[in-house]
Amino acid sequence: MNALAAAAATPVHLGNGEAVVFWVLGPIALAGALGMVLSRNAVHSALFLVNTMLCLGVFYVVQQAPFLGAVQIIVYTGAIMILFLFVLMLVGRDTSDSVVETLRGQRVAAIVLAVGFAGLVGAGIARATQNLPVTGLANARNGNGNIPAIAELLFTRYLLAFEVTSALLITAAVGAMVLAHIEREPGSRQTQKELSRARFLTARPQTLPGPGVFARGNSVAVPALLPDGTVSEESFATGLEPQEVDQMPRPTGREQLGSPDAALGTLDPAPSDGGPTR
Amino acid sequence: MTLHAAASQPTLQDFGHDVWWIVLIKIVGVFALLVVMTLFAIVFERKVVARMQQRIGPNRVGPRGYLQSLADGLKLAFKEDIMPALADKPVYFLAPVIAAIPAFLAFSVIPIGPTVSLFGQRTPLQLTDAPIGVLVVLACSAMGVYGIVLAGWASGSTYPLLGGLRSAAQMVSYEIAMGLSIVAVFLYAGSMSTSDIVAAQAHGNTLSFFGWDVTGPSWFAVLLPVSFVIYVVAVVGETNRAPFDLPEAESELVGGFHTEYSSLKFALFFLAEYINMVTVSALAATLFLGGWRAPWPISIWDGANSGWWPMLWFFLKVVVALFVFIWLRGTLPRLRYDQFMRFGWKVLVPTALVWILVVATMRTVSRQAHLSTGQVAVFVGVPVALVVLAVLLIASRAANRDTRLMAEEASAGGVHATDPEPDVLPPAGPRRRPTGGPTRSEGGFPIPPMDLKVPPSPRLRRQPVGTDGASVVSTGRRGTATVEENDDV
Repeated sequence: MNALAAAAATPVHLGNGEAVVFWVLGPIALAGALGMVLSRNAVHSALFLVNTMLCLGVFYVVQQAPFLGAVQIIVYTGAIMILFLFVLMLVGRDTSDSVVETLRGQRVAAIVLAVGFAGLVGAGIARATQNLPVTGLANARNGNGNIPAIAELLFTRYLLAFEVTSALLITAAVGAMVLAHIEREPGSRQTQKELSRARFLTARPQTLPGPGVFARGNSVAVPALLPDGTVSEESFATGLEPQEVDQMPRPTGREQLGSPDAALGTLDPAPSDGGPTR
Repeated sequence: MTLHAAASQPTLQDFGHDVWWIVLIKIVGVFALLVVMTLFAIVFERKVVARMQQRIGPNRVGPRGYLQSLADGLKLAFKEDIMPALADKPVYFLAPVIAAIPAFLAFSVIPIGPTVSLFGQRTPLQLTDAPIGVLVVLACSAMGVYGIVLAGWASGSTYPLLGGLRSAAQMVSYEIAMGLSIVAVFLYAGSMSTSDIVAAQAHGNTLSFFGWDVTGPSWFAVLLPVSFVIYVVAVVGETNRAPFDLPEAESELVGGFHTEYSSLKFALFFLAEYINMVTVSALAATLFLGGWRAPWPISIWDGANSGWWPMLWFFLKVVVALFVFIWLRGTLPRLRYDQFMRFGWKVLVPTALVWILVVATMRTVSRQAHLSTGQVAVFVGVPVALVVLAVLLIASRAANRDTRLMAEEASAGGVHATDPEPDVLPPAGPRRRPTGGPTRSEGGFPIPPMDLKVPPSPRLRRQPVGTDGASVVSTGRRGTATVEENDDV
């Protein structure tokens, strides 16, 4: 409200197209933000956040900051949110937030705190920006284009902040690598070349036959059958007692085999309803 | 920034003033162009790969089989649309859309020609441009990753999920190398807008070389060769094409992220992949190959860079770039995933960073010392390039020494590996290989017959002397070769 009043008080007018974009995309961005908080599925939450970030990118572009808009989309939407999605996808797709509260009164407290925090920050920003003089885009840029103006500020006035931020990010990246790194004795791991050599020197360079999972049972303990009906010892699972499965009775005579036509099935309706009457 | 006075060269100020129906024509034009280019690229790819593999390729639908992909597209549209039971329905539906839309959007900033007269209106042959033109393409490719990730996740099945993760990891990694490779172009062109970059490649750098005035090449592919090479490698990874097609390696995996998709949704993924190929080819032409400007021998003719001719040069460059894509696929074997990632992160990205540092330093030095671009290129670039190439050559020979020695020995007739026996051999026991197979001294590897000869190509007009007809394998191609062969027999 305050920001709107401030905008109305200044002689700056919203362009026609800009107003349309704002009133179309503003609700969409807000809906995305709400959906992010309220959605039960983590991936859906991330997608709602992506939606909001895209809207912000378009807002930047509309307000004559195309570089910022593009960077918002490339860095935040394209890189950071993709990494988030990565982690969320690995969590599993059926995990959604449980409705049961583990801490009593946690939800209410969270809502109250969130609303209070948002109010404080909003009020603070509104107070701080209330009577700021409007410089105008042309003056702010010093007659440069969009990108040269940003570059000039970034590499003169805000150079220290810029460098410190990059140092922080590098530190974080190196720290993550150190945490995830496992020290190995050099030479304790066989290389791909050594492994492949060793495998080709055995009698079986190819993989072992799988268990007979689909023959008569679906357990890994069921050994595979060789063409002559005996079990293949190479398909025994490690550490499991091979399981004997009762085999299909082998056909002994002509009548048990049946006619080849019967084995093919028929296109007629099921014989149970009597078949076509003549 | 020097403004080139040629009236046909659009600048940033020329955009945004078009009449609405001109904009509409351009939008529809870009859309139709991309769809047609996709249809063309698929047939072109199949034909070229077929020729490289001594096959015929599609030859049934339309003249010489050139309507094959149109027929395939129609067939795909009429197939049954399957929604897997475990799919996350809204995301499953959205994913192909998210993949396809940015692919189309990215082409909007590609300049395909100079300012031309269209129904009485002077307008540049480019949908739009912005001070950040090239970043739009990068942003669109960043959004395209979402289509793949979400498709893999929403299918509700393991293989698409793994394929989607692999695709996304690959595209995100190679996007970095791609973005870094473009930075040097920005430094040289002094702008990120595509039309300005084309304008910056308009005129060659004059260089006075011991009294001679030589006009050097102006393409950034020549001025910034390292950038160009990194860009080419990175976009092959970025578009999931062979030899970097690990996520959808059709001979090894089911199909990657789009395993569960069918009908039009699958068609959208296919469309997006080929449009991305066309877009990165067009971007390569714009950034490194002079854009729509005519290449050197043609550019002597004054009319080559005005009117509608430049569209022809532009599309020739795009088709050449597409051909390189296909050529790579027909030639190179697929990389292993860890090798591929190591290459991206440990070779491409550091090289790009060092190269940016070098280029920026040289720009500053040349500005301080009032050297022209051509002088820098000849007096610094060429010697340094020669030194680096020599070092690389020596290093690669040293690294491949064992393999080279073995190859020499093998070609001299020996089959015994010169490498020492690895100390990881399992103990010899009853499971040793029975006699008849390759022995331990051969390293255990199956060895093909060593006396094979490559048969003469059936396309050779002249039959090699002394063949008795039967040794030539006919490809069935309607050509003179088969006829001659029949005459011989």
